[in-house]
Amino acid sequence: MLSWWLPENVATYGQDIDWLFHLIYWITGGVFVLVIVTFLTFLVLYRDRPGRRARYTHGSTPLEIAWTVVPTLILVVLTFLSVPAWSRIKMQMPPSDLDVVVTAKQFNWQVAYPGPDGRFGTADDKTMLDEMHVPVGKVIHVRLRSQDVIHSFFVPQFRIKQDAVPGREIVAWFEAVKPGKYEWPCAELCGFGHSGMRGWVYVHTAEDYAKWAAENATGAQETPKR
Amino acid sequence: MSAVSAAYVDTEHAEHHELGFLRTYVFSTDHKMIARQFLFLGLFMMILGGLLALVIRWQLAWPETAVPGLGWILTETEGILEPSTYNMAFTMHATIMIFFVVMPILAGAFGNFLIPLMIGARDMAFPFLNMLSFWVAALAGVLMLAGFFVPGGHAAAGWTSYAPLSSVTEYTGVNWGQNLWCISLFVLGISSMMGAINYITTVVNMRAPGMTLFRMPLVVWSLFITAILLLLALPVLTSGVAMLLFDRMLGTSWFRPSGGGEPLLWQHLFWYFGHPEVYILILPAMGIGSEILPVFARKPIFGYHAMAFSMIAIAFLSWIVYGHHMFVSGMNPTLGLSFMITTMIIAVPSAIKTFNWLGTLWGGRIRFTVPMLNALAFVSMFVIGGLSGIFMASTPVDIFIQDTYFIVAHIHYVVFGGSIFGAFAAIYYWFPKMFGRMTNPALGHLHFWPTFVFFNMTFFPMHILGVGGHMRRIYNPTQYEMLQPLQWWNVLITIGAIGLGLAQIPFVINFFWSLFAGRKAPVNPWNATTLEWSAPSPPPHLNWGPRLPTVHRGPYEYSVPGSSEDFLPQWEPSSAVPAGARRH
Repeated sequence: MLSWWLPENVATYGQDIDWLFHLIYWITGGVFVLVIVTFLTFLVLYRDRPGRRARYTHGSTPLEIAWTVVPTLILVVLTFLSVPAWSRIKMQMPPSDLDVVVTAKQFNWQVAYPGPDGRFGTADDKTMLDEMHVPVGKVIHVRLRSQDVIHSFFVPQFRIKQDAVPGREIVAWFEAVKPGKYEWPCAELCGFGHSGMRGWVYVHTAEDYAKWAAENATGAQETPKR
Repeated sequence: MSAVSAAYVDTEHAEHHELGFLRTYVFSTDHKMIARQFLFLGLFMMILGGLLALVIRWQLAWPETAVPGLGWILTETEGILEPSTYNMAFTMHATIMIFFVVMPILAGAFGNFLIPLMIGARDMAFPFLNMLSFWVAALAGVLMLAGFFVPGGHAAAGWTSYAPLSSVTEYTGVNWGQNLWCISLFVLGISSMMGAINYITTVVNMRAPGMTLFRMPLVVWSLFITAILLLLALPVLTSGVAMLLFDRMLGTSWFRPSGGGEPLLWQHLFWYFGHPEVYILILPAMGIGSEILPVFARKPIFGYHAMAFSMIAIAFLSWIVYGHHMFVSGMNPTLGLSFMITTMIIAVPSAIKTFNWLGTLWGGRIRFTVPMLNALAFVSMFVIGGLSGIFMASTPVDIFIQDTYFIVAHIHYVVFGGSIFGAFAAIYYWFPKMFGRMTNPALGHLHFWPTFVFFNMTFFPMHILGVGGHMRRIYNPTQYEMLQPLQWWNVLITIGAIGLGLAQIPFVINFFWSLFAGRKAPVNPWNATTLEWSAPSPPPHLNWGPRLPTVHRGPYEYSVPGSSEDFLPQWEPSSAVPAGARRH
C-alpha cells in the first residue's frame, strides 16, 4: 500500500494534499487492477490452441465512445477537485502572522528575522543558518530568495515545496499544527553539495516560541504584520 | 504465398550496382544500412548508459563505498564516488539514454528501416541527407563522449541542465564538460531535423500505389507523427542550448539574473521541447506495440482509426502540457491550473490506446513469442507509467511528489517499461528482416523474463521511496534522518538493478550469435501482412525487384473468415483471395 509510506502530515493544507493523493491512489489503483486482470484473463483465455480461429473484428464504435468519455469525465472531475487545494495553497494565501526571509545559497539555508526594529534589510536583522523557529498554529510566510542557483524549499511533513529562484522573491506559506523538529532538505539539484543541504524547522508552542524569540532578539515575538 | 507476390520479391531483376566497402557499410545512403548504423550506435551507448546507472545505484545502496571495478578509473579515491562524480553520472546516464539510446534506436533505426519498407518505397526521399543525418549524430556522440575526458569532468547539472547552475561555471566547477554537452546536443538537433524532414517527405510523397494514409501500418503513423514532433520541438532545444552556450562562453545573460536574465526562461524553453520529447520517445513504441499485437494475436488491430487519431491527439496536446514540469518553479499559479487541465486530458488518448490493445487481445489466438512477450510487457508497464502520471498532473499532489523518486519511478516506467520494452520487441520482431537471420528464442526468453522481473524490482519500489519523501539526485540518502528507515529499499532496488544489468547478457549473446550463425530467415517468418514482409530477408538495395508492390487493403487482415490462411497480406491482389473471403 503506497499511501502507508507518506510521512506524517503536521501542517494545515497537508490534509488537502493527502486527501487528493488518496483519491487518485484509489482511482488509479482500481483502474490498474481492472486493466491488468482483464489483460491477464485475455492472455489465458485466448492463448493459441489448436482448432480455434481468432475473432475477426475491426473494433466497436460504442466501446470507443465509452472508453473515451468515461476517462475524460473522471479526469475532468479530478481536475476540478484539485482546484480548491491549489487555490488555497498558491492563490489565496492567508494573511501572515510571521514573515521569515529565507535565502538559499550553495549549500545552506540562511534564515532572517527582522530584529528589534521589525523591518527586514536593516543592520539589526537576526540571521541564522539551517534552522528556522516558528510558533505552532500561526501562518508563516516564507519569503524565498536565492543567492546563486535554484534551490527548493521542501519540508515533507508540511507538504510544502517551492523553488527558490535567483532574481526573484517567491512567497510560500505554511501553518504547522504540531510542535516538533522537522527535516528541511533542498529538493532541487544545486551543485555538488546538494546532497546534505538540509536544515531543521523547529515548531514551538506559543510560550516556547516567545521565550526563544526574546532570547534571540528576533523582533518577531508578536508581529501580526500585514 | 501466391505466384503474384513472388514476382515482387524476385531479386534477379534488382538493379545491381557494385558499391565499394565504404559506400556499402560506412557512408551508405541505403536506408537499411543507415538503420543498422543507428541501431549499433544506440546499443553501444546503451551499454555505457546502463553501466552509469549501476554506478549510481551502487552509491545509493552503499554510499561512499568503493564501486567494484571503478578503482582503475577513479584512482584518486580508489573507486569511491565523490558528489561531483555522482552528479556527473546521473546527468550523463539520462542524457545518453534519452538522446543516444532511445532516440537513435526507435526514431533513428526503426524509423529508417520501417518507413520505406512498410509504405512500399525504394528508399528515403533524400538518401544523401539521410546518410548525413547518421554521421552528424555520430559526431554528436563523439562530442558527448569527449566530455568524459576533459578537466573538470562532464556536465553535472542534470539532464535538464537548469540555469543558472548549468550556465555559470563556478556553480558546478564543470567547464568544458558542460560546453561539450551543449555543443553535442546542438549538433544532434541538426541531425534530428534532417531525419525528420526525410521521414515526413517520404511518408507524404513516396507511398506505393494503393497505400492510402489510412492503410498505413500504425507504426508508420507513429513514426510520421514523431517526425513532426521532432521537426517542431528539437529546434527549441537547439536554440536553448545555443543560448546556454552563449551565456557560458560569450558573456550573454539570457538566464543570469544579475545581467537582467531570467532562470525560468531556460525551463520554459527546455520543457517546451522536453514534453513533446517524452512523446517522441514513447510514440514509436506505441506504434511497435500496435504492430506486433495483431500479428501474434492473429487479429486485426482493434479500432485502427481510434489508434491513429489518438496519436494525433497526443501530438497536439503535447505542446500545451509542458508547464506541469514547473508547478513549483515559481511560475504563475493560474498558469499551473491551465496546465493541470491539459495534462489530465492528455491521459485520455493514452487510455484509448490501452483499451484498444486490450480489444486486440480479446478473442485472439495469442502466441507468446519473444517479440510478443516484449510487446505485452510494453503494454502492461506503460499502464503503470501512465497511471502514475495522474498523481503529478494534480497540482496540489505534485507539490509533494515533484523532485522525488516518484518522478524517477514514473519516467522509468514510461521510458524503460514503455520505450525500451518496445525497442526490444521491435529488435526481436524485425531482426529477421533487418539481418536475414532469426534470433534464438531460448536466449530470447532467458533475456525477457529476468528483465521483466528485475525491471519491476528496480523501479516499482521507487514509487514508495518517492512517497516517503526521498528526493531525487541526492548523493547520499543516509545523510537524512527521515530517509534512514527507507534505506533498505535502496539496497533492494540496487540488487534489482544489478540483476537487470546481468539480464542483458543473454540479449548481447543472442544478438551477435544470431547475426552470424542464426537460422536463415524466410521472407515472412511471422506470417504478417505488412509490406516489408514481401521483400527478401534482408531486402536488397532498393528493396524490391523491378516492380513495387501494390497495396490492396488495410494492414491488419488476420483471420479473415473464409480464407484458408489466417492472414491476408496487403500486397495480395483480391483476385488471388478465395471468393469466400470477400463474401463475409
